Amino acid sequence: MLSRVAENLYWMARYVERAEDTARLISVNSNLLLDMPARAALSWSTLIDITGSEEIFDALYSERSERNVIDFLCLSRDHSGSILSSLANARENLRTTRDVVPREIWEEINQCYLDIQEQTQAGLKPRHRDAFLKSVVRACQTLTGLIEGTLSHTEARTFLSLGRHLERADMTTRILDVRSDNLLPRSPEELIPFEHLQWMSVLKSLTAYQMYRQAVRLRVRGPDVLRFLLQDHDLPRSVLRSLEEVSWELQSLPNHDRPLAVATLVRAEVAEADVQTLARAPEQLHQLIDEFQIGFNNLHEAIAGAYFVVRPVKSASTQERTLGDDDD
Amino acid sequence: MGNVDWQQYPGKHFYDELIAAGGAPRPAAAPLCDMLESFTPRELNERKLAAEVAIRTMGITFTVYSEGSTIDRAWPFDIVPRIIPASEWRGIEAGLKQRVDALNLFIDDLYHDQKVIKDGILPGEILAQSVNFRPQCCGIDPPHGIWAHICGSDLVRDGDGTVYVLEDNLRVPSGVSYMLENRNVTKRVLPELFQTGRILPVDDYPAQLYDTLASLSPRPGDDPQIVVLTPGIYNSAYYEHAYLAQQMGVELVQGSDLIVDDDDVVYMHTVDGLKRVDVIYRRIDDLFLDPEAFRPDSMLGTPGLLRAWRAGKVALANAPGAGVADDKVVYAFVPKLIRYYLDQEATLPNVPSYLCMFDDDRRYVLDHLDELVVKPANESGGYGMLIGPRSTAAERAAFAERIQADPRNYMAQPTLALSTAPTLFDGAPEPRHVDLRPFILSGPETHVTMGGLTRVALVKDSLVVNSSQGGGSKDTWIVDTEED
Repeated sequence: MLSRVAENLYWMARYVERAEDTARLISVNSNLLLDMPARAALSWSTLIDITGSEEIFDALYSERSERNVIDFLCLSRDHSGSILSSLANARENLRTTRDVVPREIWEEINQCYLDIQEQTQAGLKPRHRDAFLKSVVRACQTLTGLIEGTLSHTEARTFLSLGRHLERADMTTRILDVRSDNLLPRSPEELIPFEHLQWMSVLKSLTAYQMYRQAVRLRVRGPDVLRFLLQDHDLPRSVLRSLEEVSWELQSLPNHDRPLAVATLVRAEVAEADVQTLARAPEQLHQLIDEFQIGFNNLHEAIAGAYFVVRPVKSASTQERTLGDDDD
Repeated sequence: MGNVDWQQYPGKHFYDELIAAGGAPRPAAAPLCDMLESFTPRELNERKLAAEVAIRTMGITFTVYSEGSTIDRAWPFDIVPRIIPASEWRGIEAGLKQRVDALNLFIDDLYHDQKVIKDGILPGEILAQSVNFRPQCCGIDPPHGIWAHICGSDLVRDGDGTVYVLEDNLRVPSGVSYMLENRNVTKRVLPELFQTGRILPVDDYPAQLYDTLASLSPRPGDDPQIVVLTPGIYNSAYYEHAYLAQQMGVELVQGSDLIVDDDDVVYMHTVDGLKRVDVIYRRIDDLFLDPEAFRPDSMLGTPGLLRAWRAGKVALANAPGAGVADDKVVYAFVPKLIRYYLDQEATLPNVPSYLCMFDDDRRYVLDHLDELVVKPANESGGYGMLIGPRSTAAERAAFAERIQADPRNYMAQPTLALSTAPTLFDGAPEPRHVDLRPFILSGPETHVTMGGLTRVALVKDSLVVNSSQGGGSKDTWIVDTEED
């Protein structure tokens, strides 16, 4: 398989997963907001820090209001990590590689982008927000299901899967980060009555509440939830499970020594995290998540180094458009 | 709006492909015309809608540019096929083979001894001023001596029923994917008529293209690695590039996917490292193919490609420099070239042409601009033409200046009474002008597509059929009418 095609598919899967998980991230924050006492000073601003997009946000908006943050994360075309931009990028990536996947997959991403774009043309009103986020999650799940159900087990599928699971590991840690020091007020006594609610909210945003109940069978408690979402082998959105998928997919590829070694290292870090302590120490949790993200980045670099071609920045597309049109 | 009534069909002023002058269908078209007549307006509309749905779900698109953005448009299609009897087609097919054989000998000669000029058949100044002659290609011996492996020649039929060659496209002719897709759509929409087995099939083109390309491999015997080279998604023919790659089961690559090593071998970057490429079906024009050899500012091609081709390590189809014969001035010489190289008379006539480089011709052209179609020698897509009878005095004056400034670059032809074919508008067939682009594959064997792409000028009375100029298309049926 061509390196360029592999890279396009890998990014396409990352963009789709990012759109879905950004919707989940906003959803967990919205729910926390609804459940928390008014005096707990919850902030939308934190989502900007968690997604690592402070600079670009501050260049576009003067204040971190709820309205601005939602606009930035859902609709902004100037922010490549917004839901709309992610879907647009996924669609564009697939458009150049249409010939390697069944036509229905292209049609689905095309339709999905057009639908979401239409829904958001008038802006996003608070009362429509929940429905919007759900529809994004559902559209992305449909696409993933179509890939699972129709694409042959070839390298195309391997690279889609690599992108999806690496992005998922990254985004699940960001969702967990919502529980960290930055977001919540510092006086613990204020929070204890709500702790149960907060963790439940995180579980629900990852569609993991029922799976948690089945697996843990205890009331929702911080250390158990953290262990479940970070280290459970069976939950599809857990960080460890996502990294196991990455390792497993890598094994079917040629020249996988280095990326596989990096994946094993990152996986060990996640598996060995001391969740008992972390659940009670938001600051340490935040720090650890930063470290994980550095690890995910290294893993991406190792995959790119092994399979994608580093090439000079291409000329403006407009040049290709005018000069390249020489078909008779 | 009632059922289709061919007696009411207003196509009497031109030669019509399906309906004879008296209003009766031509013999090969009779079963189709009878069937269309039997449809209620509702049935006819249902078939038309079925075609639109098929085109949308199959995602058959073409790209047009408007103000800096690209738009993928649904392929404009008319469900009434154009029909040519097989007996007539066999003659056209032979004429096309003869023509392309002569053109390939001509190109090979130009890059070697140039006997055609030494013997006074082609004026040397035509070659001297050719924009598509590539001195870099002199002395090269491509496999089988063939330069134009894929040729798309445009045919038109005049008022008296004669079929003429209008031009030859030997650079990167497009449209064959639409020929194949038109057949797929028509099979869904009018399946009944295919059951008789008299409509000759077109779908072996991708296999023939593959075989032609494979025959060029510099490593015969091994499983050749063939790729389609596209300029990318912004190219108007990207859909076709992707379609052909997919139909042949080969990689669709861009220039940046390829690399030419110091050993002059072409490789592509794959996830498993570098993989050798043997044959490139390139859909990029010569000048953008290799910044080392041609335009240094081009980002579309691959540095060193020409070096690899000259060294015989990779085959390029069409060969660089083949476009020298894709020149509307050279076109005028093709009957002479056929006589010179093959010692035969051309079976398919050229449209009478006036070359502005010759004084007498130029005087005639300037005096008759209002009657003629004037074309620049090296344009494609219907751009830069003057259609005399439709032009204003100011347009003619501007064109006269251009001709005088650069006579070599212009040729003129009489405005033909292009034939028409019935095309549905609001449930009634109306005559619309058509042309036909068959595709000729040259390798160890020569193959001509069974028919070709019929393009339709959808605008009433218009003679311009290019899809970039609002043209549409139809399926083309070569129908076997002989008794079993």
